[in-house]
Amino acid sequence: MVIKKTATIVFIFSLAMIFFSACTPVKGYQKSRINDSEMELGARKSQKFEQSFQLYREGASGANGGKNSGGCGCN
Amino acid sequence: MKKVYSAVLAMYLGILSSHAQVTTKSVEDTTNYQSRKLKLDEINIVSAYYHQDGNNSAVTGGVGTEKLSDFANTFDIQLSKYDRKSRKNAFHFEVGVDHYTSASSDKIDPNSISSASMQDTRVYPSLNWTRTNEKLGTAFGFTGSYSHEYDYQSFGAGFNYTKISSNKNREFDFKGQAFLDTWKVILPVELRPPGYGSGSEEDSRGNVDYRPRNSFSGTFSLSQVINTRLQALIMIEPAWQQGLLATRYQRDYFTDGSVRVENLPDNRYKLPVAFRSSYFLDDHYIIRSFYRYYIDNWGMQAHTAEIEIAIKFSAFLSVSPFYRYHNQSGVRYFEPYGQHKTSDTYYTSDYDLSKLTSNFMGANLRLSPPKGVFGLQQFNSLELRYGHYIRSTGLNSDIVTLAMKFK
Repeated sequence: MVIKKTATIVFIFSLAMIFFSACTPVKGYQKSRINDSEMELGARKSQKFEQSFQLYREGASGANGGKNSGGCGCN
Repeated sequence: MKKVYSAVLAMYLGILSSHAQVTTKSVEDTTNYQSRKLKLDEINIVSAYYHQDGNNSAVTGGVGTEKLSDFANTFDIQLSKYDRKSRKNAFHFEVGVDHYTSASSDKIDPNSISSASMQDTRVYPSLNWTRTNEKLGTAFGFTGSYSHEYDYQSFGAGFNYTKISSNKNREFDFKGQAFLDTWKVILPVELRPPGYGSGSEEDSRGNVDYRPRNSFSGTFSLSQVINTRLQALIMIEPAWQQGLLATRYQRDYFTDGSVRVENLPDNRYKLPVAFRSSYFLDDHYIIRSFYRYYIDNWGMQAHTAEIEIAIKFSAFLSVSPFYRYHNQSGVRYFEPYGQHKTSDTYYTSDYDLSKLTSNFMGANLRLSPPKGVFGLQQFNSLELRYGHYIRSTGLNSDIVTLAMKFK
């Protein structure tokens, strides 16, 4: 079971590393699309409270740019 | 409650009016000189109304109403200033005020007119200072935060570090956080030992216990521009919680008909790993995706995936429908109403920790006209977002959020 869980995490990391290694250098003047406001990698400001209620209504949390711990979340 | 909102509103209007009087002259920059005056970068106001209903309240042992409404607001302001060495010092102050009403919390003491946690207001200010050295591509900063509600108090501290590659295509971020919390231990009325208080401010009879809950987390993220249309991010956020992790006013019913207060281990280790990407399909469509795998030492595993497609009607108007799917295995201590064994050491009937799947869907409207929203130059953007949440346990909820940015 532990091996399976570790393998899942290693697999996600490996996939990401392969993804990252496939990148091509992008110059500053070529970033008009990357710099589009809708391209932002973080969560939107308007998702802030959504992430809060999901943190409380589900047992899993974290790694989404929102809060992972602290606070009671008891309601 | 009204006083808090009035104070926040007055502070916001004061800042906005003082900002409105500043006339900015465009001066041709022939040198690399950076003004060392404190500059207002942006102000954000986010308000949301959340409402849920279900029939598995943990306060009454996994049965009963879960009706809850929450009106949440945050106001944040970001200021910056360059120092003599051309390093940028950014100050980010945020204050949040939530007010909720909860039908299930009212069942802590069903005989009272209004029990301890039927409704509450949470106030949570925070301040972050970050120093950025643009020449070196590095930044570091510190955060202090505080949160207060009727039965819960939290002090937080954090450290953040960023390193950007020389071609600005890769970014590494680290964030370390610690929350030192204190919880007033409120017990269900029929399970209070003789002399134990209700926890209500109006009730001075009997004392109540206070227990700590401490949380520590480290966030490591690496983002990369893959090509001119695609960028991605991987994030890992190990966390450790220690102290009172059970909610003592939640009841658990056993096979022999007896009832006890919830009991859970004093330690919890969490390990979420997430992957996020944004793809610029063409001038009208941008695809944002998110996936997370989660595991903890209470036996829970979860998969969460989200996709959002931003449809751009123009450079300044977009509508983004989204869909999120979540699946979790449930913690090993969960059993429904009346099914806990008397030999169990740890037990909960909190359906938030049960095996479940959830679907969340909605849309985000974003307006950012070049002349400002409603023609107000400093009203930079407005976002209106609605989402509907359906959980396999029968809980449904709706959330509507309004986010406004002023620059």
